[in-house]
Amino acid sequence: MEQSLANIAGDYLPILVLLAVAIGLGLVLLLAAAVAAVQNPDPEKVSAYECGFNAFDDARMKFDVRFYLVAILFIIFDLEVAFLFPWAVAFQDVSMVGFWSMMVFLAVLTVGFAYEWKKGALEWE
Amino acid sequence: MIGSDLSIILPEIVLSLYAMAALIGIVYTGKDAMASLATWATTAVLVAMAVFIALQPAGTDVAFGGMFIDDGFARFAKVMILLASAAVLAMSHDYMLRRDLLRFEYPILVTLAVVGMMLMVSAGDLMALYVGLELQSLSLYVVASLRRDSVKSTEAGLKYFVLGALSSGLLLYGASLTYGYAGTTLFSGIIESAQGDLSLGLLFGLVFISAGLAFKVSAAPFHMWTPDVYEGSPAPVTAFFATAPKVAAMALFARVVHDAFGGAVGDWQQVIAALSVVSMFVGAIAAIGQTNIKRLMAYSSIAHMGFALMGLAAGTQLGVQAMLIYMAIYVTMNIAAFAFILGMTRDDALVTDISALNMYSKREPLKAVALLVIMFSLAGVPPLVGFIGKLYVLQAAYDAGLAWLAVAGVIASVIGAFYYLRIVYYMYFGEEVDELDNTSSPVLSGFLLAGAAAMVFGIVNLFGIEGIAQAAAATLVN
Repeated sequence: MEQSLANIAGDYLPILVLLAVAIGLGLVLLLAAAVAAVQNPDPEKVSAYECGFNAFDDARMKFDVRFYLVAILFIIFDLEVAFLFPWAVAFQDVSMVGFWSMMVFLAVLTVGFAYEWKKGALEWE
Repeated sequence: MIGSDLSIILPEIVLSLYAMAALIGIVYTGKDAMASLATWATTAVLVAMAVFIALQPAGTDVAFGGMFIDDGFARFAKVMILLASAAVLAMSHDYMLRRDLLRFEYPILVTLAVVGMMLMVSAGDLMALYVGLELQSLSLYVVASLRRDSVKSTEAGLKYFVLGALSSGLLLYGASLTYGYAGTTLFSGIIESAQGDLSLGLLFGLVFISAGLAFKVSAAPFHMWTPDVYEGSPAPVTAFFATAPKVAAMALFARVVHDAFGGAVGDWQQVIAALSVVSMFVGAIAAIGQTNIKRLMAYSSIAHMGFALMGLAAGTQLGVQAMLIYMAIYVTMNIAAFAFILGMTRDDALVTDISALNMYSKREPLKAVALLVIMFSLAGVPPLVGFIGKLYVLQAAYDAGLAWLAVAGVIASVIGAFYYLRIVYYMYFGEEVDELDNTSSPVLSGFLLAGAAAMVFGIVNLFGIEGIAQAAAATLVN
């Protein structure tokens, strides 16, 4: 039992090494920035950066709905890639049916894309 | 092999291609200026598909390794769905055009919802079921909030979406449990595992799937979204919600319990009987306090779903036949009722308060009689067709040994008669109020009068749907 536990622990040794290296590297970079970099602080520079919004603020604030629209349109094509990856990896094994199924899927997405483009959903103004 | 599979799902393929071609064709040319054309073209395509499916030879075809089943039951439901959607589109046109609501996306979204519904009723696999259901639901969420600048309409869309997502989650949880314990998502495989005493996992799967589907048919206690969504959506969209999606969800319910859990009738019979009795009473009692006719129709549809579920609870072939007949009658009555509601306008704005119907019979005697027939039929007053539908489900429940359910159904029916008859009372004996506009759109009047005539003349032989429904039920239950 102890033997097998030791074996299991041994299997995780590379992860421990990786953790040590990651922490070490992080510390080195932080220290190097503190010691070697040019320090020229101003309020905007030292405040936390949170995608263009104030980091500490009321969560129930108004923001432009166009952000939301762009994000939604992005998600669709993000998911498309999520479907394409396993298909591409298994490309040797998928039959012609698999190939054409994906082509149909992409064609349907293209129809949607052409629609949203022509509809003006991609224009910021 | 793939060729024969594709030929089996030809109607779905045609509708999908039509929807995409119309979307691209219109957005690159006339946009909303072509919305009228798109609405009528879609109506024609839906009717053509209904005729095509109705003319298919009898027999059962299975495509994609059992994921898609094309049998008499599916074809019966599909014809109902297609005709109901076409009727609603035809009724929507004038109403939406006059209120500047007619976007060209509307008929296309309805088409896509119809494709989803057709997949639902033909599903032979939990994944096909879910994909069909989501295609339908996502299209419906959008049309619910078609009137974008109205708070009520967007609220309806949002509520429908949030609760629809919740119900999809319940359904998916049940599906994953079923898959885990049956080892397959195919209905034909699940039914082999689900024989006799169900394992606890399959039982939980069955109950969660039933709960998810009960949301979609708006059976109590999963009905909370229905009144708000019906009230907030534009009236033609409400008419659509009350008809085709209900048929699809009910047919899907029957498909799941018979095709996947047909070996464990005792286990789901009690679940569906409970849903049925709660729906009938909630629909009958809660509608009494409603003065908004759209909310009234929502509770009315909840009560009617209770009756349709009573047929399903019987768990017999007669039960499925009764359910199909009941749904066909329900859809006809609702289309006629909404044809009337869409014409309830004053200064071009829809009036939803039922007190506006006071002394309606004096101004429009013919329409008042038609509405009287529809209301009597909805209430199940003999000898109208609505009564025959109720008689069928009561008979099925009684034959299956659910006499208590049949008795409860009769009591609920009597309670529910109150609010239908109140509308009739207003029309004939109420006080004078501001008149409604005299807008007699020929399409709306046509649907109203045709529906009322069907409720009267259908008592002869129900236009022959008894035999068709029996054959359809026989393909599902064997």
